[in-house]
Amino acid sequence: MNNIFTKNRELTEKLGFSLLTLMTLLTIIPIIGTVIYIIAQGAPAMSWEFITGFPRDGMREGGIWPAIIGTFYLTLGTAIFSVPLGIAAAIYLSEYAADNRATRLIRLAIINLAGIPSVVYGLFGLGLFVLFLKFGTSMLSASLTLSIMTLPVIISTAEEALRAVPQSFRTVSISLGGTRWQTIRRTVLPEALPGIITGVILGLERAAGETAPILFTGAAFFLPRLPHSPFDATMALPYHLFVISTQVPEMPIQIQYGTALVLLVFVLGMNMIATFIRSRARAKRQW
Amino acid sequence: MKNKIIIENLTLQYSDGTESLNDISLDIPANATTVLFGPAGGGKSSLLRCLNRLNDLADVESVSGKILLDGENILDPKLDVIALRRKVGMVFARPVVLPFSIRGNLTYGLELAGEKRKSRHDEAVERSLKLAALWEEVHDRLDDPAIALSGGQQQRLCLARSLALEPDVILLDEPTSGLDPISTSKVENALIELKKQYTVILVPHSVQQAARTSDYAAFFLQGKLVEYASGTEIFTNPKNQRTEDYVTGRFG
Repeated sequence: MNNIFTKNRELTEKLGFSLLTLMTLLTIIPIIGTVIYIIAQGAPAMSWEFITGFPRDGMREGGIWPAIIGTFYLTLGTAIFSVPLGIAAAIYLSEYAADNRATRLIRLAIINLAGIPSVVYGLFGLGLFVLFLKFGTSMLSASLTLSIMTLPVIISTAEEALRAVPQSFRTVSISLGGTRWQTIRRTVLPEALPGIITGVILGLERAAGETAPILFTGAAFFLPRLPHSPFDATMALPYHLFVISTQVPEMPIQIQYGTALVLLVFVLGMNMIATFIRSRARAKRQW
Repeated sequence: MKNKIIIENLTLQYSDGTESLNDISLDIPANATTVLFGPAGGGKSSLLRCLNRLNDLADVESVSGKILLDGENILDPKLDVIALRRKVGMVFARPVVLPFSIRGNLTYGLELAGEKRKSRHDEAVERSLKLAALWEEVHDRLDDPAIALSGGQQQRLCLARSLALEPDVILLDEPTSGLDPISTSKVENALIELKKQYTVILVPHSVQQAARTSDYAAFFLQGKLVEYASGTEIFTNPKNQRTEDYVTGRFG
């Protein structure tokens, strides 16, 4: 009797374990498959000229340099606006804001902001930055639009990282004659920094890969030169990929996949930096 | 005997209705150990946290009365609380070392106060570690992470950390509650040395510890001060029946 009971339990255990392993594999397979497929299809296009050259012959030949530079500038511009603002807002929400209705409403708004479809941000950016503020179709408008989209990600991950720092550190620092700001700057912020940086990179990574928000605000179909000022429009990798995949007839397939591969490396590279920072900080953490 | 702290009619209420203080008046002498003891929820910790205004961080509904430290009312809203906290150091029940080196923990308060001179740092590190009876154990590894110390060492580091600021008053909130008997006796022995220079106010973690360490003892019950006298009197010949019942172990 007892023996049968034990056997049954072991069987259930094994079955459950196998099922969970299978589910995990199922989630990984599409990711690995996509990456391998894009590498296989895109690798033949890789050459010095493809990375550093300008598109030629209606984009059917040459390289994607202006799109790479454009995406780099847009990501940088997004970082300039969204990182200081996002971290400051997170510090306010985690360290200063009283726990009342207004604060809860702000938090709810931030969470909802993260759920808005990116094309809606694009339209909003067109209305506010391009037309109303007269920044035109420019890197400035596009970066600001991407910033608004990125802010909720940065604010919520940074706030979470700050809240994860033990409350007792704050109490001790205050009891040793620290002001609130000294406590934040010397104890809370350094401990939360790896988590904040991870959130920032993940937010920027999303911005780097987005098409819809820059579609109406700053992305150019084709430009024969690199942008010179924030008020210039720019080519960008995701939009360029969209263009060469749908808008240009008789497009060589390896250029499409080559572009996708470069974008993937850009985004996965950022992701890997974030993972590296996080795992190194975890190993060093003293609480 | 000089009174370092004079508490007059202190009444305190938290907004969630927990532990409160009810019309407490108490004179705390300098250069002695005064213990605040009694069952949990009696108001001992609340009183401690009034003395360095750490209660400012809590949800306090109302405070009235006066706490005079060297004649100055520290409940005055215009008081410089930062200066007060440098003058009134605190050690908590659970040792909380900051995520720095041993040295970094000790110099933290000085750095906050704007003291940058390395000679002053080194002097404070050695002096405070010796006072907290930790110097012998850690002097050759001051730059190791503080978290690597044992629990008892961490608590003595926390004591040394508040001593590094050269305060006048040391508040200790059940500092040995998580420690083994050997570490506990090290902390208690350190306290005997400390009261030569400082005013020590201790919330002990047991009646036995209260009896061992007290020069003066105040018995708290449900937010009220029941009896306050010299330690010898409280623990051998208490005047109040409830004090006697508690120290003899009839309740608590």
